[in-house]
Amino acid sequence: MEYFLQQLINGLTLGSIFGLIAIGYTMVYGIIGMINFAHGDIFMVGGFIALMSFLILGIAGITWVPLALAIVLVIAMVFTSIYGWTVERVAYRPLRGSFRLAPLISALGMSIFLQNYVQLLQGARSKPLPPVIQGGFVLMESPTGFTVTISYVQIMIIVMTVVLMAAFTTLIQKTSLGRQQRACEQDKVMASLVGVNVDRTISATFVMGAALAAVAGTMYLVRYGVIDFFEGFVVGIKAFTAAVLGGIGSLPGAMLGGLLLGLIEAFWSGYFSVEYKDVAAFGILVLVLIFRPSGLLGKPEIEKV
Amino acid sequence: MALLSISGVHTFYGAIEALKGVDMEVEEGEIVTLIGANGAGKSTLLMTICGNPRAARGSIQFDGRDITTTATNQIIRRGIAQAPEGRRIFPRMTVLENLQMGALSADPAYFEEDLNRVYELFPRLKERQIQRGGTLSGGEQQMLAIGRALMSRPRLLLLDEPSLGLAPMIVKQIFHVVAEINEKQGVTVFLVEQNAFHALRLAHRAYVMVTGEITLTGTGQELLANEEVQAAYLEGGHG
Repeated sequence: MEYFLQQLINGLTLGSIFGLIAIGYTMVYGIIGMINFAHGDIFMVGGFIALMSFLILGIAGITWVPLALAIVLVIAMVFTSIYGWTVERVAYRPLRGSFRLAPLISALGMSIFLQNYVQLLQGARSKPLPPVIQGGFVLMESPTGFTVTISYVQIMIIVMTVVLMAAFTTLIQKTSLGRQQRACEQDKVMASLVGVNVDRTISATFVMGAALAAVAGTMYLVRYGVIDFFEGFVVGIKAFTAAVLGGIGSLPGAMLGGLLLGLIEAFWSGYFSVEYKDVAAFGILVLVLIFRPSGLLGKPEIEKV
Repeated sequence: MALLSISGVHTFYGAIEALKGVDMEVEEGEIVTLIGANGAGKSTLLMTICGNPRAARGSIQFDGRDITTTATNQIIRRGIAQAPEGRRIFPRMTVLENLQMGALSADPAYFEEDLNRVYELFPRLKERQIQRGGTLSGGEQQMLAIGRALMSRPRLLLLDEPSLGLAPMIVKQIFHVVAEINEKQGVTVFLVEQNAFHALRLAHRAYVMVTGEITLTGTGQELLANEEVQAAYLEGGHG
């Protein structure tokens, strides 16, 4: 029971990070129908920007953790957004209207480019970050000596994710920008016929996805304490899996898929084997795709008339 | 100076020339109709006015300014609204959200006033406010498409076959509303129709289009009485 609870907490934390990244995949897919394979690397860039910001703040003597963390988050979101915006501008927009595979190939190219760019600038070795936040609560202690703990970092990740999700859902549902994004997702020609600037709305989508990925990158860095140039690949593929699992194109689906994937990984590692956790995650994806090709919350593709 | 003047417009879809040098004008305050068979290029003309697809040659002037190469969303902001072919309601948005989208290019200060006016014209839309656009009936979707176009406070309203696929009762209601919008709110209307009888009766002036070219023009009454028009578009009674 204690062990189960501990894995549940770990799974939720990991799932939150997956969910935040998965939103970027699902939104871009929803609005322009392409898989942005560079999104995982945008997450990695976000992690690096956070790392640099922490170090600079450390040198500058700003060590009060809540303040430092807030500043780092803002910096990471702003700069990562610029990366997200630029990727769309240089690699995808010129290809709009060309054949369907073109932007996909371009995305793979962007992914390779970003990895090599960071590798050249930062080196290939993992960069460590000394623990920023330490400690946590002991929730339970069993007679056998196993303790269930939730660290402050885990609490922060889960709370932050819940807050961001709520804010983000409100933005999409209630604001004019959100309505414009949904309009572009549903019918770009009609959106332009009511005066929506479609290009700008697509850019906004990339900026928002990148900002959420930057938060995920910061959280990941704070939780695991290391980042390297290749980190975005595996985490990105996992988050993409989460988006597909939940139903690509669906925002609640991305969140649900992320959480499920985090839980699957945590429980599989906890009860079976750590080595095969990726097999479990992708195996579940295969099963879902066989029995529910549009994902858990996705809408079946309807032929347009 | 006409509100909208189109001169020598050619439009292509790939290698197919859909418009072959169209000239026409719409004066402020008029209802002008364009009739023609399926595939004549009527919808293409309306879309070309809005810049999608672009005219390959020729020029389009709106309110004295050239809009031939203006971006679609900017053309809309200058006061043209379109209820396009197929209605193109945002299917997963509510009726109210669809109307809010329509109001995107209008001054937000007028939103409540405009919303109430649309609800007065189409009380059904008010009843269905929180229903998703995709779940509406064809007639309701057409009302919503017109309502959405009106929410931008257009000076020129482009209507593409509002009667298509609708029951005669609904068609009558929609044409009645179009006349009312024109008379009471002074909105200039450019109406594309296959339902030539209704359209010609409603319109001050009319054009006939055959395979991408304007072949005839005159007042609505003149074209109603024209033998060619009768033979080609009015045969088989008054739909």
